[in-house]
Amino acid sequence: MSTEPAAQAVVAATAPTGPGGRAGDEGASIWRVAARRLRRNPGAILGAVIVLAFVLVALLAPVIAPYGPQELPGRAEIRPTFIPGPSPEHLLGLDRYGGDLFSKLVWGARASLVIGVLSTMLGLLGGALVGLLAGAFGGWVDTATMRLVDLMLSVPSLLLAVSIAAVIGQSPTAVVIAIGVVQVPIFARLLRGTMLAQRGQDYVLAARSLGLSRRTVTMSHVLPNSLGPVIVQATLMLATAVIEAAALSFLGLGGGSPTTAEWGRMLTAAQNELEVAPRLAMWPGALIAITALGFTLFGEALREALDPKTRKR
Amino acid sequence: MSPEVAATTTGSGGPDPRDGATPLLSIRDLEVTFTTQQGSATAVRGASFDVMPGETVAIVGESGSGKSTTAAAVIGLLAENGRVTGGRILFDGTDLTERGGAGIARMRGRDIGMVPQDPMSNLNPVMRVGAQIVEALEDNGVARGEEARRRTVELLEEAGLPDAQRRAAQYPHEFSGGMRQRALIAMGLSCRPRLLIADEPTSALDVTVQRTILDRLEALTAERGTAVLLITHDLGLAAERAHRIVVMYRGEVVETGPAAHLLRDPQHEYTKRLLAAAPSLASRRIEIAKHGGGARVAADDLLAVTADAPADATRAAADAVVEVEDVTKVFRIRGRGLLGRGTDFTAVDRVSFTIPRGTTTAVVGESGSGKSTVARMILALEEPTSGTIRFDGEPVGGKDRAAEVRFRRRVQPVFQDPYSSLDPLYTIYRTIEEPLRAHGYGSASRRRERVLELMDDVALSPSLLRRYPAELSGGQRQRVAIARALALDPELVVCDEAVSALDVIVQSQILHLLADLQHRKGLSYLFISHDLAVVRQIADRVCVMERGRIVEEGTVDDVFDHPQEAYTRALLDAIPGRSLDLGLRAG
Repeated sequence: MSTEPAAQAVVAATAPTGPGGRAGDEGASIWRVAARRLRRNPGAILGAVIVLAFVLVALLAPVIAPYGPQELPGRAEIRPTFIPGPSPEHLLGLDRYGGDLFSKLVWGARASLVIGVLSTMLGLLGGALVGLLAGAFGGWVDTATMRLVDLMLSVPSLLLAVSIAAVIGQSPTAVVIAIGVVQVPIFARLLRGTMLAQRGQDYVLAARSLGLSRRTVTMSHVLPNSLGPVIVQATLMLATAVIEAAALSFLGLGGGSPTTAEWGRMLTAAQNELEVAPRLAMWPGALIAITALGFTLFGEALREALDPKTRKR
Repeated sequence: MSPEVAATTTGSGGPDPRDGATPLLSIRDLEVTFTTQQGSATAVRGASFDVMPGETVAIVGESGSGKSTTAAAVIGLLAENGRVTGGRILFDGTDLTERGGAGIARMRGRDIGMVPQDPMSNLNPVMRVGAQIVEALEDNGVARGEEARRRTVELLEEAGLPDAQRRAAQYPHEFSGGMRQRALIAMGLSCRPRLLIADEPTSALDVTVQRTILDRLEALTAERGTAVLLITHDLGLAAERAHRIVVMYRGEVVETGPAAHLLRDPQHEYTKRLLAAAPSLASRRIEIAKHGGGARVAADDLLAVTADAPADATRAAADAVVEVEDVTKVFRIRGRGLLGRGTDFTAVDRVSFTIPRGTTTAVVGESGSGKSTVARMILALEEPTSGTIRFDGEPVGGKDRAAEVRFRRRVQPVFQDPYSSLDPLYTIYRTIEEPLRAHGYGSASRRRERVLELMDDVALSPSLLRRYPAELSGGQRQRVAIARALALDPELVVCDEAVSALDVIVQSQILHLLADLQHRKGLSYLFISHDLAVVRQIADRVCVMERGRIVEEGTVDDVFDHPQEAYTRALLDAIPGRSLDLGLRAG
């Protein structure tokens, strides 16, 4: 075509500036662009630092904590009216049973991470399955599953979790299942909604016109494009899960003994000692809040970074 | 520009209003900078032009040229991250850049009015239309109470809204797009401003509505002596409506001049390209060439295959690639509430036509005419309620899965919006390779060769293969969509508004590409469009649809030269620039 040189010049001129406008032939996927945007967001960095610190502490608990989760090294020093405070041997002091508070907080991080991640994964998998079913088939399958989801959402989540944990029995597994099940309808509804929106897009029509089977269109186009909001939601859910795990333990549904190294459990135990040693409540309380804040900050920043409305600029 | 030239070549506006007057608006070396996360970007660079009292000046340019930004700077409504970083905006002698936000806010409405681009989002949805105009009147101290309400009805009547008294008490959602734009015009002119800024005032509206709205706007502003700053991407429209034209390209004013003069004797390279690309002008050139006696139609304007090989009508009729026979599509609209009964909506009503092999058949109509539904039924993405559609003698879509796969290989779509027709998670390579892989085309290396071949066909550099759609321009994306459609060597390509979302120059490139591919590969096109100017350039046959029915059908020449139906005539009249004298000499 004779107009081509001019064409190329104009194409170059009208190419969008911004994230996509740089040179080099390595493409920038949505995820890579999102990562770049995250790095520029102070909230995201703060959130990431908190989350990373939390995960590191949880993973390296055996290295960091001077004592085991069940050890009571200072049992001899405890008096009914006196709990020893911070000292060189015990950085944050002892608890009511003579456990090292610092060690227990470190082991508690691990417990929270395990419960948070496992329950969110359970909720994500279950929710994704239900949402996929509804979003892929539509029609009466969609109607039936979504009414069920509505029903589950109409019960307050903590109440539902408490009921489930109470039925299954007091154990960490019960807590994981309870929190996971509560998340299922939230993920299901989200995934179904995004999938429905994606299904109306032209690229899906184009894929259908290429003669791809319905399964291929759903699995390789619709689903991958619907995952962004779900991943954001999962990050935010981790924060909720940490809080809910603490709440269920606080209510005594987490099982184990009073000396279990778990933040919610430690809060319960600290209630009686509020006047004698308020730090016993303050430390686990603050850690729950900070961890939840970290996941929330990171999740919100991720949501912003993946938002197609702000991405185009 | 010498004053003599300006005086003798002024367009449709009668006597030149520039005689001896001082400019109402004078922009000098305007620079506007936006601060983004990537750093700062200059959107307008050293722009200078004048608007005389009572004069209509059009700023023409493609998206990103800075035309809207310039207008926003004048009225003090730049986006939050934008700032005037240089130059002056003199309105009636005072520098607006020195007045600050509150100063300009006081002038807004009273001195400078605005008609925005999108009538759908610029009215407050929870407030009655009349109340919104009353508010403007009261806020600017023009009228109060009963007086303001009476004035509002008058204004709406002047803007051409029938039954204004009753309409003023309605909410925006009860208005059509055209009615909303009339209300916005009434609002923009309510306080008798001396300058009205109209930013693409009709580009969101149907073509026939566009014309009446612009006529109304022209009459109102002429009557009141209001100067108009018209922002548009259509050079034909600008030439028809404005006394003078300012051409902007990449933030700079590249050419300024009286409309007629600019059309006849463009100086800047970009203006020349714009002139060649604008479909409205191309359509006008074709018309002049055909009726001006002997002038040859420029090869660049007429892209249909029959232009150089007059079609043998009988052969074409015998060899139809698609036959649409008596097709009706009824959509069921859900009723309100649990027990509400649904109503039927007939989107396509007993439509029949054929697509001759190797040619381009266009289906034109306004939004809601059912043209896209026809396209989807031919693509077998929707099923007709009744009637049959045959592709090469077989029903579309195929009887079973194997037949469907065969059908899909031979019929491919290109959609309107290149931003949504490509999967954002797929690289360009994967996008074009997907149909090949899905249909088991050769080995991986064979597929790679084929993808490179296709990229070459659509004139894209192979260096783009690893990019993602978000990194490409609209024109590049549309080329990728065309490459994907061509991957399986289809016989029929259904272009559903395939060039409507593109800037004029890119649009013309894509049209040329489509015509070129048709020549080389013998493709048949079904071309769905609302733009008759584009259709005149590319199509061999035209079907005009109105409310689900085909009201007129024939060759492009027949339909454009001898329209039988009032509706077709209205559509043709709506093409901007129909009365322009382009200074083409016959012979």
